[in-house]
Amino acid sequence: MSGVAVVRRDSNASGEGCTDAPVLRERGQREVFCGLTGIIWLHRKIQDAFFLVVGSRTCAHLIQSAAGVMIFAEPRFGTAIIEERDLAGMADANDELDRVVGQLLARRPDIRLLFLVGSCPSEVIKLDLSRAAQRLSRDHMPDVRILNYSGSGIETTFTQGEDACLASLVPELPAEEAEAPPSLLVVGTLADVVEDQFTRLFDALGVGPVRFLPSRRADALPPVGPNTRYLLAQPFLAETARLLESRGATRLPAPFPLGIEGTTAWLRAAADAWSVSAEAFDAVTEPARRRAAQALSHHRERLAGQSIFFFPDSQLEIPLARFLSRELDMTLLEVGTPYLHRQHLAEELAMLPAGTTLSEGQHVDRQLDRCRAAAPDLVVAGLGLANPLEAEGITTKWSIELVFTPIQGYEQAGDLAELFARPLNRRTRLRV
Amino acid sequence: MKLTVWTYEGPPHVGAMRVATGMKGLHYVLHAPQGDTYADLLFTMIERNSARPPVTYTTFQARDLGADTAELFRDAALEAYERYTPEAMIVGASCTAELIQDDPGGLARALGLPIPVIPLELPSYQRKENWGAAETFYQLVRHLAGPHAPAPGAEPAPRDPARRPRCNLLGPSALGFRHRDDVVEIRRLLGRLGIDVNVTAPLGARPADLARLGDADFNVVLYPEVAGIAAGWLKRTFRQPATKTVPIGVGATRDFVHEVAELAGIDASEVLASEECRLPWYSASVDSTYLTGKRVFIYGDATHAISAARVASEEFGFEVVGLGTYTREFARDVRAAAERLGIEALISDDYLEVEAAVAELRPELVLGSQMERHIAKRLGIPCAIISAPVHVHDFPARYSPQMGYEGANVLFDTWVHPLMMGLEEHLLGMFRDDFEFNDTAQPSHLGAGSIAGDDAHGAAPAAAEAADTTETTETAVATGAGDEAYWTEEAERELKKIPFFVRGKARRNTESFARDRGMSRITIETLYDAKAHFGR
Ligand code: SF4
Repeated sequence: MSGVAVVRRDSNASGEGCTDAPVLRERGQREVFCGLTGIIWLHRKIQDAFFLVVGSRTCAHLIQSAAGVMIFAEPRFGTAIIEERDLAGMADANDELDRVVGQLLARRPDIRLLFLVGSCPSEVIKLDLSRAAQRLSRDHMPDVRILNYSGSGIETTFTQGEDACLASLVPELPAEEAEAPPSLLVVGTLADVVEDQFTRLFDALGVGPVRFLPSRRADALPPVGPNTRYLLAQPFLAETARLLESRGATRLPAPFPLGIEGTTAWLRAAADAWSVSAEAFDAVTEPARRRAAQALSHHRERLAGQSIFFFPDSQLEIPLARFLSRELDMTLLEVGTPYLHRQHLAEELAMLPAGTTLSEGQHVDRQLDRCRAAAPDLVVAGLGLANPLEAEGITTKWSIELVFTPIQGYEQAGDLAELFARPLNRRTRLRV
Repeated sequence: MKLTVWTYEGPPHVGAMRVATGMKGLHYVLHAPQGDTYADLLFTMIERNSARPPVTYTTFQARDLGADTAELFRDAALEAYERYTPEAMIVGASCTAELIQDDPGGLARALGLPIPVIPLELPSYQRKENWGAAETFYQLVRHLAGPHAPAPGAEPAPRDPARRPRCNLLGPSALGFRHRDDVVEIRRLLGRLGIDVNVTAPLGARPADLARLGDADFNVVLYPEVAGIAAGWLKRTFRQPATKTVPIGVGATRDFVHEVAELAGIDASEVLASEECRLPWYSASVDSTYLTGKRVFIYGDATHAISAARVASEEFGFEVVGLGTYTREFARDVRAAAERLGIEALISDDYLEVEAAVAELRPELVLGSQMERHIAKRLGIPCAIISAPVHVHDFPARYSPQMGYEGANVLFDTWVHPLMMGLEEHLLGMFRDDFEFNDTAQPSHLGAGSIAGDDAHGAAPAAAEAADTTETTETAVATGAGDEAYWTEEAERELKKIPFFVRGKARRNTESFARDRGMSRITIETLYDAKAHFGR
């Protein structure tokens, strides 16, 4: 069994799969969230950070509604709603922002890191949040560090908000000493439980020290330097990666840790950098791979041969499609992504079956036409589209769950498959 | 700028979407960035609509700003027309597009589409969802019914007695709190009275239906928040009178029947005599005596809050201790309603302010929106939902109107349900130490217990004070007031023998009793003195 996950690992030689596949570039209505949405998971992940959106009532309403449920524990996010008087110049927007930040920090003395999050309105009126962050930092350091990034819909799509947030953290990371031994940085928000599992695996492999960005606490940011090797845990972190490299860190190219194959290749990229022998690697990962293979087998019967169509959402679409096609034998009809980062997805693209239709960007009406024509067995779509598709008789998996559920790593491979199997399973149960 | 944690209302273009989504054959082209498409989920997920809202978003991006966002709008409008072939179109901007000033109205007009194209000006930085819905509905009515208006000054012809009177039902929209069922209930009631419904709008109406609004003898305004402006215009332009009573509760429904009978020129005595409603008897029956004087806090949109206040005081025998709304447009009406009850209205769309008010008043029941449900849960107070903002649970599968006689039955069940039954309440009071059957075993009480943790973050200070009611520590009353009386340990222990659902009131009364007498300590004696003083 131990070979199960790695048999196809070497297929990522260049020129295979979808490496050079044409991409349907669409322009039209994009039915996707903006980058502000990332706040929903980031504010839970970084426990001493607060996210203050500087935006409109729309922005406040988006975050509140996109969560699907309202998180009524005192949330660590809020919106400074721009009002008519700020626009009409009756109030100086910077003074107003200072006042709101003062009010907020007085309410929440436990906050160590405050993100000023830009929105479409704040960008269109050219409210300079980076200057505001500097100015406010001067007033509130050392108690509170104040950073800024943009989650605006004119610049960021859904998960790109996390990229922008993490990118704003990179210049703040302490410098790792030049003579420090190599360290591993895992970049991208993972569920705490997944982080803990990976930590145990890296420990067993002798890979380390291992650190995570974002860290659970803002006052314990991981250091970075020329001896930092980093692994992307999420496919949407283009800008964060660029900035990490400018601080000397080196990316370990790998597919993403979804499914057995992805997780194995991802762990192996680190193991190789730490010169872990193949035998040791197999010995450490074998029990987890075996468990994962067993968990997947429960769902393969349901999913094998079923066709799937992805609407663009989180940029996780290509790694998910790769997992579903290679480990569960699903048929890929169209894999839409809001943005295709060829370099970070090189390993993934090489593993996709040749001939898969890839689309980037969106023209939602035309894509719905294509989807209906393709008559897939399962569609992955956002909250605005899911019920209407389901009502048309097309079985639908709502995509936001893939961002809010632990899906990475061996122990979650079965759960991930189950997320796709469940809607199909439900269809066959219902007799009403 | 205003610091906001949760909002009661969305932006005004979401109000416009509620009108467009409620209607048929209408399409909304909205100049907006991609993130604003989140609003679709309000309809597809919360209301569980099976179709996408009829809205096309331009989803312009930063790189378009330098180029031509106007072009993008034109293309989107044209494409939407060709794809959906609507009978009429509304066009407008969301908050971001408002700033770039592309003039969607002018651009759409220039396309020369062969259908009515109605421009919306919804100032996003001043106004909110309900106003946006009202303004959108008004613009639709004005543009579509306007061409059929009688000459100014012309008196409407009296109704041919051979024709049954007819009215329009105005205000129900998509994403409205129980609008779907209220419409059914009120249509049924009007039918029994012999009144026909000419048009129901916006919910279920087509643009062509709005054009014939003038055919009705009068208008029934179910939700003034949405239909108020349009009804005012119809009154001025078509001389159509409009109802003022919102038929929520038995008394209001009776008044409503009188009012429409008067407007329709018919006799309603038969309908009134054969009234079928269980609320009056259920409320009078002896097991309901425990409801007497229960202190309730009411919050919601103006219509539902005002109606609930009347029902609570007149039909449940509750004592309304707090009444408020987030609908600033109707603040005056809510203030007047509060004044009639001898209290001061809270007009605020600040969630934290409402939370502080609930914590301060310590009611025994909260009637509010989903926002107040969370406040009540934190404070361990029973709660029933009476108003938007809505949640998926506010679209129950069963028939569940708020209006009319059946609506009153629904109110009775819904409001009584979260409360503890009368005799159970007594037993709890008698045997405080029963290890299985005691108030601390209540799930709602556990909710209150968890506040202490949350409050470490410095959440609403008032909430902390309410949490106090379950703490054993000897504390100074009313945080921050140095000259307040403190509770002795014995008194605090005695207080805990009072069931938690009245404990808040006992604490408050005792504290105010002590304060009025300038006492520095609260002893067991003070507690019982206060009890005798305030005795219900
Ligand atoms: S798209 Fe822009 S305006 Fe809309 S919610 Fe996102 S940041 Fe706010």
